[in-house]
Amino acid sequence: MRLRIVPENTKIDFFRAAKITFGASILAMVLSLVLFFVMGLNFGIDFKGGTTIRTESESAIDVAAYRDAIAPLELGDVVITEVFDPSFGDDRNVASVRIQAQEGVESVTAETIAEVEAALQTVDPTLTFPSVESVGPKVSGELIQSAIFAVLGSLVAILFYIWLRFEWQFAVGAIAALVHDVTLTIGIFAAFQIKFDLAIIAALLTIVGYSINDTVVVFDRARENLRKFKTMPLRDLLNLSANETLSRTVMTSGTTLLALLALLVLGGDVIRGFVFAIFWGVIVGTYSSIYVAKNIVLMLGVKRDWDKKDDPKAGTQFANIDA
Amino acid sequence: MMHIPTWRRVLIWMVCLGGLIFAAPNLFYDRVETANDARAVIETGMSDAALEADAGLWPEWMPSGLVNLGLDLRGGAHLLAEVQVEEVYAARMEAFWPEVRDALAAERDTVGFVTREESDEAELRVRISEADQAAAALEIVRGLATPVASLTGGGANDIDVRAEGAEIVVTLSEAERAATDDRTIRQALEIVRRRIDEVGTREPTIQRQGEDRILIEVPGVGSAEEVKEIIGTTAQLTFQPVVSRTSNANENPGPNNEILPSLDEQGVFYILERNPVVSGEELVDAQPAFDQNGRPAVNFRFNPTGARAFGDYTAENIGSPFAIVLDEEVISAPVIQSHIPGGSGIITGNFTVEESTQLAVLLRAGALPAGLTFLEERTIGPELGADSIEAGKLAAIVGAIAVVVFMIMSYGLFGVFATVALTFNMVLIFAVLSILGATLTLPGIAGIVLTVGMAVDANVLVYERIREELKTARGPARAIDLGYEKALSAILDGNVTTLITALILFLVGSGPVRGFAITLGLGILTSVFTAIFVTRLLIVMWFERRRPKTIEV
Repeated sequence: MRLRIVPENTKIDFFRAAKITFGASILAMVLSLVLFFVMGLNFGIDFKGGTTIRTESESAIDVAAYRDAIAPLELGDVVITEVFDPSFGDDRNVASVRIQAQEGVESVTAETIAEVEAALQTVDPTLTFPSVESVGPKVSGELIQSAIFAVLGSLVAILFYIWLRFEWQFAVGAIAALVHDVTLTIGIFAAFQIKFDLAIIAALLTIVGYSINDTVVVFDRARENLRKFKTMPLRDLLNLSANETLSRTVMTSGTTLLALLALLVLGGDVIRGFVFAIFWGVIVGTYSSIYVAKNIVLMLGVKRDWDKKDDPKAGTQFANIDA
Repeated sequence: MMHIPTWRRVLIWMVCLGGLIFAAPNLFYDRVETANDARAVIETGMSDAALEADAGLWPEWMPSGLVNLGLDLRGGAHLLAEVQVEEVYAARMEAFWPEVRDALAAERDTVGFVTREESDEAELRVRISEADQAAAALEIVRGLATPVASLTGGGANDIDVRAEGAEIVVTLSEAERAATDDRTIRQALEIVRRRIDEVGTREPTIQRQGEDRILIEVPGVGSAEEVKEIIGTTAQLTFQPVVSRTSNANENPGPNNEILPSLDEQGVFYILERNPVVSGEELVDAQPAFDQNGRPAVNFRFNPTGARAFGDYTAENIGSPFAIVLDEEVISAPVIQSHIPGGSGIITGNFTVEESTQLAVLLRAGALPAGLTFLEERTIGPELGADSIEAGKLAAIVGAIAVVVFMIMSYGLFGVFATVALTFNMVLIFAVLSILGATLTLPGIAGIVLTVGMAVDANVLVYERIREELKTARGPARAIDLGYEKALSAILDGNVTTLITALILFLVGSGPVRGFAITLGLGILTSVFTAIFVTRLLIVMWFERRRPKTIEV
């Protein structure tokens, strides 16, 4: 008895609800952008500069007391958050203290850090500091630049590769799906104010890689079917391709999500934001390769005469019907 | 049809076997690490029973490469420092002033009195009292220029001189600045490396980053602050008179003397007068050179005060040795051949070219050539790193088991084949990481777990395709063949795009992110290999043995 999540020979019409799904995607994207502009991202020190001190204690954390202890130092914006993880018992209480970049100095000075640590220890003498990270504004500015460059660069590189291997319509469809995924991921980071740091950029790129992989598999089948069924309307053909690859799409997303779920629950709090981004991205990416990328291809239409050399009459007369 | 040539079978098994052998040390991480450390010490010439025992913990004939653990897993300090190269310009201008003054003073009749004006630190501004003779003064100062001492200098002069009314303004030329910057960074790198090596931590990373930055990663230290302190101490360079040479470290040096070891001669000690003739602060430059007999030597130059002291001392002590001491170690103890006036001299000895270059670097490396500004400092405690490793391990195992169960439930026997391939995939990733000596970071572990999930994708693509082909194709053998053939383009296209993103991440990212890019990229390569070659071979071998009439995928 085999486990079959997707039954054999599905004939789902993915375009039937095209208006709703496409509308939902656009709405979600707009909402993400609004969230991004209204709430902003909770940038970590990688992008904003400043210092993060991780504290660990056996007794419970009193965020207000921590804040009061640091306040006299007049360090400007101080964010204190308690960190949770299933692996922490009652005797492990972890918090993260973030101090903004200080005026006129590149990285927060050792004296400042020592002062903060001393102030915190007056509240809780058992406090230890497993990690201290400090990034100057100069570096954080450059990190933002290179992060934007990385995301845009990979989008362009993929656009180019897909264009090379498929038709340009596919490339546009694939990129639309990627922009969709990245936007939605940024949206959820803005909505829940999850710390957005350098690792999240890596996560975004991974999402881009995963989502494109998914999209390409569907496109690859569409390309094959375009050659096989030269007269089938593009809409039916894309549906057929999606149905044929649906089982694989679900299987791969399933195994990837399983592995990520293990990491999300058991991988520790340090990389939870990073794993969450990828987890979310895989879900969104799977959705977008079925509902976004194909829609764009259908909208743009595909010229059906790319096998001209083999068969000069191949389907050219149908090109306009589909478009 | 389903034929795989024997040579290819052998090759595939060889790769897998090689993977197992090269990945194996990581299973015994602590043991292999202790053995490697012990061997490294033995190689330097020291040895005792304990070291030999440690070295014996891991057989010599086995590969001993390990995956490097990143700072976020091992704990340690990460610093990014910017070298304040401009400071050197100011120092150069300061040192140039006496030269300009003397040159102009020699022509006092034409240019009049010379006074130094307040100016920007990076330039030298002198006023002459005979304003109409500015052109003549300009010529004189220009005459002091020397060609830039670098390959890229292309014959350019080291200074730019211009006249502004009665003022002559001297600045370093563009080419000289570039050459100076480069030298400054190199020196700073060398000093930082020496300082940190002295502390003797394991495999620190000290590398130049960009134009004027130095990246310092030191595993195992308590805090970034400690590293800063280590780097911050200035090297003490002194020139001291030699009293005698001895091999007894405990000999009584006598009053006002001290006994110091030799840097490169084992067991040799020098008794020196405690009071230095000249100290390193007065050294302006040191360059590798050759003496009149063509033997490698080191040229050095003092500032005026140093030059005077050194000149007087050498004049009085021809024939006796003096010691060049760096951080309480005697670098060399040459004999004074002649009176050395003018503050420059040459150190000869039994040097090879490398040694003389090294000595020049050490001499220049006396003190940091310019200040360091720390742009980024991160300290990760070892416990936090250990926790991360444990969490990552657990997540990887649980994730892998979940994927395996899912695959076997979905594909039965073929799922088992995929599992074997997945295992080899993991093994190969670790083997390649160990061979490259690449660094595994926490996001890197995430990359591996992600690979576990995605690695089966290629198998899934093939299996799903085989299922489809089974409906139409003639017999299972043909279906398997077609499944592989037709899934190939999707596998390649899908993985190339992911590889592109991994590559970009690698190029743009730093530290942990780069670690992630490495495991992700490697994972893609190995998973394509295992899916296309290993599973296929397993399926074919099974098929040849059983010859099933029908198969269920």
